[in-house]
Amino acid sequence: MKYPRTSAALGCLIALMVTACGNKTPTDGLSGVVQGTGASSMKSAQEVWVAQFQTAHPGVTVNYSPDGSGAGRTAFADGAAAFAGSDRALEDAEMAAPSRQCAADTTPINLPVQISTIHIIFNIGGVGELTLSAEVLAKIFTGQITNWADPQIADVNPGIALPDLPITPVHRSDDSGTTESFTGALAQIAPATWTEGPVNRWPTRYGGEAAQGTSGVVAAVQQGNGTIGYADASGVTDAMASARYSPDGIATPVGPTAEAASAVVAASPRLEGRGINDWTLELDRTASGYPFILVSYAIACSRYADSHTGEIVGAYLSQVISEEGQNGAVPQAGNVPLSGELAASIREAAATIR
Amino acid sequence: MSDDIRSIETVDESLMADHGNVGDAAFRGISTGSGGIIMVILAAVAVFLIAQAAPAITTGDPRYGNLWGYVAPYLFGTIWISFLALLIAVPVSVGIALYISHYAPKKLATPVAFVVDLLAAVPSIVFGLWGITTLAPMLVPAHQWLTEYLGFIPLFSGTASGTGRTMLTASLVLAIMVLPIITSLTREVFLRTPKLQEEASLALGATKWEMIRQVVLPFGRSGIVAASMLGLGRALGETMAVAMVLSGGRMISPRLLTSENPNTIAANIALGFAEADSGGVHRLIATGLVLFAITIVVNMAGRLITGGPRKESR
Amino acid sequence: MSTPANDPRAAAQHEAEIHLTAGQLPGYIGPAVFVVALVVSATVLGLLGAFGWIATVLLAVIGFLVAMFALSTAVEGRRRAVDRIARYLILGTFLLALAPLLSLLFKVASEGIIRFDVTYFTSTKRNVIGAGGGAAHAIIGTLITTGMATVFSVPVGLLTAIYLVEYGKGWMKRVITFLVDVMTGIPSIVAGLFAYSLISLMVGHGSKSGLAGALALSVLMIPYVVRNSEEIIRLVPDKLREASYGLGVSKWRTIVKVVLPTSVSGIVSGVVLAIARIIGETAPLLITMGFTASMTTNPLPTGGSNMVNPMTSLPVFVFYEYTRPGRPQEAFLDRAWTGALVLVLIVMVLNLIGRWVARKYAPKINR
Repeated sequence: MKYPRTSAALGCLIALMVTACGNKTPTDGLSGVVQGTGASSMKSAQEVWVAQFQTAHPGVTVNYSPDGSGAGRTAFADGAAAFAGSDRALEDAEMAAPSRQCAADTTPINLPVQISTIHIIFNIGGVGELTLSAEVLAKIFTGQITNWADPQIADVNPGIALPDLPITPVHRSDDSGTTESFTGALAQIAPATWTEGPVNRWPTRYGGEAAQGTSGVVAAVQQGNGTIGYADASGVTDAMASARYSPDGIATPVGPTAEAASAVVAASPRLEGRGINDWTLELDRTASGYPFILVSYAIACSRYADSHTGEIVGAYLSQVISEEGQNGAVPQAGNVPLSGELAASIREAAATIR
Repeated sequence: MSDDIRSIETVDESLMADHGNVGDAAFRGISTGSGGIIMVILAAVAVFLIAQAAPAITTGDPRYGNLWGYVAPYLFGTIWISFLALLIAVPVSVGIALYISHYAPKKLATPVAFVVDLLAAVPSIVFGLWGITTLAPMLVPAHQWLTEYLGFIPLFSGTASGTGRTMLTASLVLAIMVLPIITSLTREVFLRTPKLQEEASLALGATKWEMIRQVVLPFGRSGIVAASMLGLGRALGETMAVAMVLSGGRMISPRLLTSENPNTIAANIALGFAEADSGGVHRLIATGLVLFAITIVVNMAGRLITGGPRKESR
Repeated sequence: MSTPANDPRAAAQHEAEIHLTAGQLPGYIGPAVFVVALVVSATVLGLLGAFGWIATVLLAVIGFLVAMFALSTAVEGRRRAVDRIARYLILGTFLLALAPLLSLLFKVASEGIIRFDVTYFTSTKRNVIGAGGGAAHAIIGTLITTGMATVFSVPVGLLTAIYLVEYGKGWMKRVITFLVDVMTGIPSIVAGLFAYSLISLMVGHGSKSGLAGALALSVLMIPYVVRNSEEIIRLVPDKLREASYGLGVSKWRTIVKVVLPTSVSGIVSGVVLAIARIIGETAPLLITMGFTASMTTNPLPTGGSNMVNPMTSLPVFVFYEYTRPGRPQEAFLDRAWTGALVLVLIVMVLNLIGRWVARKYAPKINR
């Protein structure tokens, strides 16, 4: 292994000219490197949290690879990531086979750390407002309604002139937790039309345009005409039009607001039968009138085999769930800050990690 | 001065027979060993892929059935998009190669060749960025025009994509990417056309184009095929540009202008790897193995067509 | 035909100048017809209300070709007309290839220049929220992995080339030649999967590091090095080798002291071009190297935590900045485009260096 070291030294030398080469003297006790891997929907928020944490603890480096939720869970199970970011909590089978980096006889814990809304963005030549019912939405995304002038859409949008324009539904081409959340909601609100259940890869038979990543969907919707797509809040700008949702088309339509998301989270019970510090939520999407909510979890060991790693992960996740962390991420990720009792409980749980 | 002395010593040293023999044996061993390393690496690539793919080959997935059922649409997409790319790239490449070898003024030929080679070196992610931000939106009107007036042709049927991220656009990007490979190889072959034959043809009163058709193209035919095969190899395996530009899914459809297109094996791996569970990773690696096998077959076919190993003579 | 016919180009020109059986169109007629075609096409499309740049040029080209064919057939005869159209089409293919390259370079340059500043090259994205920061860590990461891949690939590739030219014979030579060809065709994503599997098995499942990326790049780079060097070494005239043997110099010393020095410029140029081919690879690095916002200079998987020591390379940085932007989006997209510009510049410079070395230090082998 002579070559790698040589080039490492070379790299260090080049790096020295640019910045100091690692090994900054820590101002407090914490120092070291921690690896996190997971959902790309959490990338923006994690960037903020990592920056906050590294600023407070200059000796620590937290690396967050936005490889994807699945990659994050796999990496956590393999011991290749100290914590994972995931768009869903671990399932029972995954809980039963914990990572070898966790201390013996302990189970991992799931902490909801990022709540965001999934926006249904559209671009229909000048139309600024759109309301969709469960059926209409499911039919649009399954290719059963193909034109914006369809009377079924007009029925739930009285007073809005919709053009005679073919609908191009845009979905993710890559496997994604956002797709899983969105299709999960569809399966819950329109089970008769959306028969695929929650899936992380869009079912090809429903057609539509495929785009890579949240940014790809957003770009495709913006570029096209008559397009509609779904994207988590981190990728959506205020300038974009988002549809509102009304379950049956009669009830007052609700947009992707923080209140709606908070209401869903507040109404969702905690999954029973898991450890005292596990906060897996059984999402009750119908609680607030806006069902497209994305809850992203941090998955960590409750006790790490390596206490040093445990200390850093515990401190990091405490930072993540702190008021500063939750509010600080808002301008970047558009998340809905966790607050109140739930946040306090999760904070307590995070503090027990070591 | 001392340098000279040393070099004389060196020669003296090497003149000693036994010394030379030991060095010779060692050097021959090292270089043969390096050739061996190539074999080992390729064997390792195959073995590792097979080992990682094995679980997916033996056990099917309830959603897709066996591996073939899963990979077939992607296989179709891979071959279809590469075929289209070649269909566009080969004639253009041959044209450019002819321009450089027979038409361009001598002073221009070298810079032109350099410019084409530059295209070859542009990273595929940059092609992806360009394709998605520049080419795709630019081609949207063409999509609409084609579906409107030529929609009766099955290839152009369906609803035109509103974003231009279609099979047509993606195969165009691929064509641009393989173009320099095919060009530089065919150019070399065209330049090797025997001068005497060219001149004989011209002397018989042939126009330049007749000369090219009767002398240069027949001479370069096997070269064009070989170059196309190499281009095909590149097109089959291209990942990032396709993943970024193409709006793809798991389907079999030859349509060029709609939003619904078959994805390629390579792009599917890149798009699915992140969220795959461990079974999914095995399945993706198995599709990678299929892709690897295809590229080997294409390579062998290319060699068979061109007749034996390349350039044996020294 | 009294011209010495040693240059077919001159001969062709001469042939075009003389009047044997038919008249000849004057030189200005081509450009003139093209301008007319352009104007007519723009007018027609404008009147139809379907004016567009691409459509106009396309229609003009078709009109031009038809007009020229008709004119030339009438004045010069059918064979000359076909020849003329062929010439236009061949020139056309070249312009056709030039168009995307220019468009691409223009796009990359105009978008990339926005963040092409000192900060981009001197700072990382560590603790950067939103705008600002740079890609120093990604540039260093690319240099380290590409450097390692070069260190792995050049000895193996060069020695294999020496084997193929100087020692190889029989089945083993044929097999290796074939395998090098096969290796050239390995899709980059497959090379990435291989490195991922290998490192997973050797270090631990899910391990990511610069080393893994360098391994994937080596698999892609070795065949380029072999091919380029093989071609160059083959060009060394046998006369030189025989002269050396005649002085009683052993074969390996002949290779080291005569063959390699003679071809060194070509070999260096080949290696540089091979580096240019792999430095922009994205897909294999995406699955082997992980991602970090901080500077990583240790490429071994043990340098970080949990056998993962992520290192960011420039293409992967560009990919993530573009596909997973935060807010403000422009800041991320600008960083991505500047990364693309830097990549294109690196590749261009490497290409120029390669060519310059090849020409400047080319040995004077008499042909």
